[in-house]
Amino acid sequence: MEEMKDEILEYVIDEYIEDEDDEITYDTPLISSGIVDSFSMVSLKRFLEAKYQISIPDEKASPEAFDTVNSIVVLVKEFIG
Amino acid sequence: MSNIVSYEEREKNFDWSISEKELGYKDGDIINIGWYCSDRICEMGKADKLALIWEGLGGVEKKYTFDDIRINSNKFGAFLRGLGIKNEDRICLFMDKIPELYIGFLGVLKIGAIAQPLFSAFGDESLHVRLDNAETTAIITQRKHVGKVRKLLEKSPYLKYVIIVDHDGKKPLKERELTFDMESYEEPKDFEIFPTKAESASVLHYTSGTTGQPKGVKHVHYSLISQYLTTKWVLDLQEDDIYWCTADPGWVTGTSYGIIGCWSLGITQCVLDTGFSATSWYEFIQKRKVTMWYSAPTAIRSLMKAGDEVVKQYDLSSLRHLASVGEPLNSEAVIWSEKVYGIAFQDNYWQTETGSIMIANYPGMKVKPGSMGRPFPGITAAVVDSKTFEPLSEPGKIGLIAFRPGWPAMMRTYWENEETYKSKFKNDWYLPGDRASIDKEGYFWFVGRDDDVINTGGHLVSPFEVESALLEHEAVAESAVVAKPDEVNMEVVKAFVTLKAGYKPDDMLELSIMNFIRKKLSPLAMPQEIEYVDSLPKTRSGKIMRRLLHAKEWGEEIGDTSTLEDDE
Repeated sequence: MEEMKDEILEYVIDEYIEDEDDEITYDTPLISSGIVDSFSMVSLKRFLEAKYQISIPDEKASPEAFDTVNSIVVLVKEFIG
Repeated sequence: MSNIVSYEEREKNFDWSISEKELGYKDGDIINIGWYCSDRICEMGKADKLALIWEGLGGVEKKYTFDDIRINSNKFGAFLRGLGIKNEDRICLFMDKIPELYIGFLGVLKIGAIAQPLFSAFGDESLHVRLDNAETTAIITQRKHVGKVRKLLEKSPYLKYVIIVDHDGKKPLKERELTFDMESYEEPKDFEIFPTKAESASVLHYTSGTTGQPKGVKHVHYSLISQYLTTKWVLDLQEDDIYWCTADPGWVTGTSYGIIGCWSLGITQCVLDTGFSATSWYEFIQKRKVTMWYSAPTAIRSLMKAGDEVVKQYDLSSLRHLASVGEPLNSEAVIWSEKVYGIAFQDNYWQTETGSIMIANYPGMKVKPGSMGRPFPGITAAVVDSKTFEPLSEPGKIGLIAFRPGWPAMMRTYWENEETYKSKFKNDWYLPGDRASIDKEGYFWFVGRDDDVINTGGHLVSPFEVESALLEHEAVAESAVVAKPDEVNMEVVKAFVTLKAGYKPDDMLELSIMNFIRKKLSPLAMPQEIEYVDSLPKTRSGKIMRRLLHAKEWGEEIGDTSTLEDDE
């Protein structure tokens, strides 16, 4: 669980954060803050699917489910089984 | 009663002088959009009226009266002038939807410089080609976007200043970087607004075409005449309205109607600078008591997707008029909005080049769900044959949308690209590049683009630009980019690629290509799907046949393939 959190957080920081001074935590809003927009959410979903070998149905990939690293982990775990 | 009162009557008795008179403008006068949107409103006795209610993440709020807008835009102007920036210099505004974007836009116009707003999600390559084309003198930006600007400084010698509006002093500034703090900057005394005239350049918005680099659409201060009246009659803004235009001023709707239209009418607007979610949008409408809401089909379809139940959790009774623009608003969305909000979204049609609304549904006029509506009074619109460019008189016949040039907000040229500008006119019609039909009652019905440009979420993406960028990825040998149908965004970008020797197609490579384009160009341009192919269909002369790939995606007839070199 902790490992997954760190992997996702690291990916978000590497790919979506423009200002290196921005502090991002597991609870930082990603979608509602605009850090990850609706178009970029597609690449974030693709990362999760490729990394954890899962398939997330589009109806489950809501802005709310993708809004923080913590909520993403909950979503991913649902499909890892 | 609506501002337009009767579409038919307005159409019969129309003249653009209606707008000129209301704005107190006479031919040959000085006309400066910056002044009209702030100083004039103050002189009309509305200095203390709220102009902008801004909300950021976590409910952070800032409010500005029209007098605040006047003073702060003067500060911007004085600061820029102090740097030696003069009229007609291009000044890029590269910010999120923060107050400095809206106010800085007017400040740039007040000194006669040309405002070049660019969407802050653009990657460094997208930013560079647009700055390069305009030979932009200065860029006004935020700390969070400075990294992208720094990447292109070396190859942008014309860019003299990088102005950061929220520098916190934690990190040292680099060469060409300056700070400007709007709140603490001293109010300039005797600030003089540059005496721009009707044909003085005002705004340079960039738009994408099928081939070549993005084109800078040049607008002039006289565009105000169209923008003012279309705001009044189509968006129906009235004195006590609280207006919410969800468009980003990096795009034309965000400036024509998110700054110029509403503020030239002295209307209070509110801005939400956070990411999209149905709950945050409804909460915003409820909290700000929004009365007029101007949005886009992609957002409306996303709200539909969020469902009816969430709507019931909020009090949206303040809403009295809803309008939409960006791509065609499907009839389901119109009907749904009437069901859940009690008012239907009314679609309208225009584009970056037209500068203002051209075809619309109007308050009080019968709405035909799925139709773009009827031409704005004073606009001569037709659907013309794609070969003869003669108007098609038969109802329902599909042809090219065409406008007779001459309305005030029409672009004056493409920046440094007069040849392409001229190519947009045929048989004395201006052709925006879209296909439509007209029914018996004169309503226009959108059919699609007449070229390969991809309309995703209301924004145009050039397949050429994405294909060129794809070739810079280490694994990509060849690429072809087409539109793919999408339930929410109407179209999204899909790329077909062949790989260089030594690379194997897999999920991580696909992700790497997607992110490469997202960062280089923009999230809009990022292919939402990548299909690996062994070869791309080409003509005998070697040109990639996008048409074939497009037809495959849309389940259409492939058509003539006689020139095809290699059919997969």
